[in-house]
Amino acid sequence: MNVDFESLEKGQRIGERRVAVSRADLVAYAGASGDMNPIHWNREFARSVGLPDVIAHGMFTMGAAVSLVTEWAGDPGAVVDYQTRFTKPVVVPNAYDARVEPSTTLTVSGVIGAVDPDARTVRVDLTVTAPDLTEPDADPATAKALKVLVKAQAVVGFPH
Amino acid sequence: MAVSQDVVGTTYPSIPPYLVGREKIREFAAAVKAADPAHHDVASARAAGYTDLVAPPTFAVVVSQRADAALVNDPAAGIDFSRVVHADQRFTHHRPIVAGDELTAAVTVDAVRPLGSGAMVTSRVEITTVAGEKVATTVSSLLVRGEEQ
Repeated sequence: MNVDFESLEKGQRIGERRVAVSRADLVAYAGASGDMNPIHWNREFARSVGLPDVIAHGMFTMGAAVSLVTEWAGDPGAVVDYQTRFTKPVVVPNAYDARVEPSTTLTVSGVIGAVDPDARTVRVDLTVTAPDLTEPDADPATAKALKVLVKAQAVVGFPH
Repeated sequence: MAVSQDVVGTTYPSIPPYLVGREKIREFAAAVKAADPAHHDVASARAAGYTDLVAPPTFAVVVSQRADAALVNDPAAGIDFSRVVHADQRFTHHRPIVAGDELTAAVTVDAVRPLGSGAMVTSRVEITTVAGEKVATTVSSLLVRGEEQ
């Protein structure tokens, strides 16, 4: 583990991570996870079910966000519990300039929400945002940041 | 077609054994942009105390999704997958998943709550080794939108 359990207190920040996301990332996640739902790679299908454009898998966002916690802890096997609600879709527009480019960015930050000295666990509360790209001409650099996960909490277990 | 209340409490049959492969862990870790060497390099994983490559925290979805298919594809449940939105997800790990694990899993329907003309379906998947050791519990809720939603 990278961190000393005794040094941890509620309210401490564990850092921030930005994750650039392209359409190719969604195709890679579809293949890796087995979730082939076309809303994650086909714009026409996504629009036919009422979405503004292709959206990221909620599980892609959930999976990418927790790396902030595992890298902070220094042990990817130390996350004993991880939950979230999916509130807003992460819209991933097409972007092509000789190769597939990232077209949106997740911003992930974490703060210690609880410390349990008996169980030797800490709960990290994650804030995960992405630009609101609902409108076709929205600019990722200036669009309003939307909270895409809510109650995203990862519990990290420390050795006794 | 409405989601049926009759499936609440049903546990569907276990999936065939799923052998966790090194390359699948590497592929999944790369897909969620998890760079920790314990996902990618066997020597690093062993130095960190694991028997082999360790899976990222959300890898269990690869297995639980296979178990969920029995519910989603059950005509008696009445879930129209094209109208499904993933509402929430939780993973509880009894121990980390590592390459070489031979896993099985079964889904149980915990709740079907009417929501407007649709329903919120909460299901739980218990993942164990084929020998019966508890590995992970995943709980997810799917919002099945009604016809006019």
